Amino acid sequence: MNEDEILKRSVLTGTHLLEGNVAMAEGCIAAGCRFFAGYPITPQSEVPEHMAKRLPEVGGVFMQMEDEIASISAVVGATITGKKAMSSTSGPGFALMQETLSWANLIEMPIVVANVQRVGPGSGVVSLPTHGDVTQIKRGGNGEYEVIAIAPNSCQELFDLSIEAFNLAEKWRVPTFILSDAWLGHMREKVVIPEPEEIKKRIVPRPEYIPKENETEGRPQIYTIANKDFTEFNIPAFPPLGSKNFPYWWITLTHSQISGMITETPSVADNTNMTINYKISKNEAKISIVKRYELDDAEIAIITYGTPSRSALEAMKACRKEGIKVGILRLVTVWPIAETAIREVAEKVKQIVVPEMNLGQIAEQIERFAFHTDGQRIPVHRVSHTAILHTPKEIIDKIREIIQ
Amino acid sequence: MSYSAPRGKENITPHPYGTNTQMYKLMGFPFTMFCKGCGYGSIAQAICRVFKEENLQEELFPFIINIGCYSSMPTVLPGKILMTLHGRGIAVATGVKMANPKLKPISIHGDGDLLSIGTNHFIHGARRNVDMIVILLNNNIYGMTGGQHAPTTPMGSKTSTTPYRYGEKPIDSVELAKVSGATYIARWNTSTMREFMKSFKKALHHKGFSFIEIVSQCPTQFGNKNALPKALDGFNFIKNNSVRINKAKDMSSEELKGKYIIGEHLDIDRPTLWDRKSEIIEKLKEK
Ligand SMILES: Cc1ncc(C[n+]2csc(CCOP(=O)(O)OP(=O)(O)O)c2C)c(N)n1
Ligand code: SF4
Ligand SMILES: [Mg+2]
Repeated sequence: MNEDEILKRSVLTGTHLLEGNVAMAEGCIAAGCRFFAGYPITPQSEVPEHMAKRLPEVGGVFMQMEDEIASISAVVGATITGKKAMSSTSGPGFALMQETLSWANLIEMPIVVANVQRVGPGSGVVSLPTHGDVTQIKRGGNGEYEVIAIAPNSCQELFDLSIEAFNLAEKWRVPTFILSDAWLGHMREKVVIPEPEEIKKRIVPRPEYIPKENETEGRPQIYTIANKDFTEFNIPAFPPLGSKNFPYWWITLTHSQISGMITETPSVADNTNMTINYKISKNEAKISIVKRYELDDAEIAIITYGTPSRSALEAMKACRKEGIKVGILRLVTVWPIAETAIREVAEKVKQIVVPEMNLGQIAEQIERFAFHTDGQRIPVHRVSHTAILHTPKEIIDKIREIIQ
Repeated sequence: MSYSAPRGKENITPHPYGTNTQMYKLMGFPFTMFCKGCGYGSIAQAICRVFKEENLQEELFPFIINIGCYSSMPTVLPGKILMTLHGRGIAVATGVKMANPKLKPISIHGDGDLLSIGTNHFIHGARRNVDMIVILLNNNIYGMTGGQHAPTTPMGSKTSTTPYRYGEKPIDSVELAKVSGATYIARWNTSTMREFMKSFKKALHHKGFSFIEIVSQCPTQFGNKNALPKALDGFNFIKNNSVRINKAKDMSSEELKGKYIIGEHLDIDRPTLWDRKSEIIEKLKEK
């Protein structure tokens, strides 16, 4: 099979009725994912099942591993060997992956992991949706790191934003997460998949490593270098394992960003941590994807993400009909937190409402930026619960209550 | 490697095979961070020799290094090295192999690493017959973290976490590899380095999951706590407790208690994981 044929096979052009989990898997395959390793867990099992069937058709490999630790380890192995690779799981499995995710962050590996969240803690409720893992996504592993997480709210978006997730991972060389949930993953909706040529234009390929002119074999520049005040970042391509240019020793320990070698020097270790964190957080405005609805004259902003953003849209329409000036800022990327966009909205509105399928994990973040330009704090109201979908009515009720 | 291990210039041991190591190529001198008398140095040297003698295209035989004293072995290894997390080497290697089937990963583990935290991956890597080599450096202890007991520690030994002596039944890696489905299995010790080299060469050409255990002395952690403080004490202890496989056949289980059965334990052929995967991919191509 030549490349064109593989591309054609990887893109199921047409209009389909797809389950969320399947739409996501198709999006990932279209994005160029050629290795999947996972372990069965409800409510995401349709992802590996679909991958098992589809990946070999495009010359890829599907692995059902012995556990989630093995799955994510194999994904790192495949990625460092040059493939676009991913895993998918739900809360308990995601918790098992944390040590390796922390490592993947340290070595700036562009892997993609989908978390089809189910209610926790513990084994939780396997069939109920939640956004309970939002904090775990970037604070679950040891050490400190910043990730990119993207939160679709429909089957169409599960397809489209999965491609975006792979693109963001490659562009910023960082583990990127698709935040789905039990409800979204099991819902069926119309999904329109464009022509392969159209998809090809959307894909960011893995950048090829080109050795520097007088580079010593085995000593490539594999890590991001930041300038002194961490405002500019040079994110390099890395040579895949199996190539002559691969470093002679790629370590899991804290390294110098320049040499890639072990360090016990506090300032060097500090620089590494600053670089991998600020690479994402300081570029928040470039990375963040947000959608704005009727914010121009809004007095109340609903800030939301993922599944609740659908109910928020209905609530906004109803409120507008009543003459209440409500707008929405939808965080399509949840991490890094869209500070710029949130501040911009906060400056203009009087109150903020945050419907979330957890007890306020992102509301806490929003509170950090909820100020008018004169420094006056504006109230952030939560519409929070953990296992229940938001109805438009409860959001409307909250809004009615706060304008009293 | 213990934190009390001597480091620096006094450790520099120029050796003909040392020039084959990446560290030598880059820094102009080979050095190890192992304690004096540690068995790991001679194992690294044997690996270097095999790489040189076989004239391998280094980048196609990447080392996957797990976490233990051997984590610093890359200073005296040839070729390309990817370090992984504690116990995860075989899972990582599975991804590597499936992403680029031309590669033959060589994963280096300790006894704690492979037989405690990473046992699951060991069993399943062998079962899948991933075309790779697993080398187990069995020093009967957790060397790096300060001499706590490992699942290989002989019964009755003293360790940092068994002040009243160890009373759990140790695990036999060769038997575990056999029942799990490895297709090449051998066990050697630091007094049978030439045989180890032969086995390693065989494994390099073997198609499938090769497992080689090498029992090695750890004077600093195991030795010091068990009246074997000198390198030779540990070396002889292992040597004297080793029985050749053909001799072991005629011995009772009572006689074999606490013995290391050394030799080539298995060499069979069976389709590898990639054989299965590629078969499906090829079939689907015609669709
Ligand atoms: C997840 C995790 N747990 C614990 C450790 C700490 N640790 C580092 S090395 C090691 C034991 C290594 O023992 P072994 O594999 O036998 O190697 P040796 O040092 O004996 O050569 C442990 C427990 C770790 N690095 N990671
Ligand atoms: S295995 Fe033992 S002797 Fe060898 S480096 Fe580690 S602590 Fe030292
Ligand atoms: Mg050990």
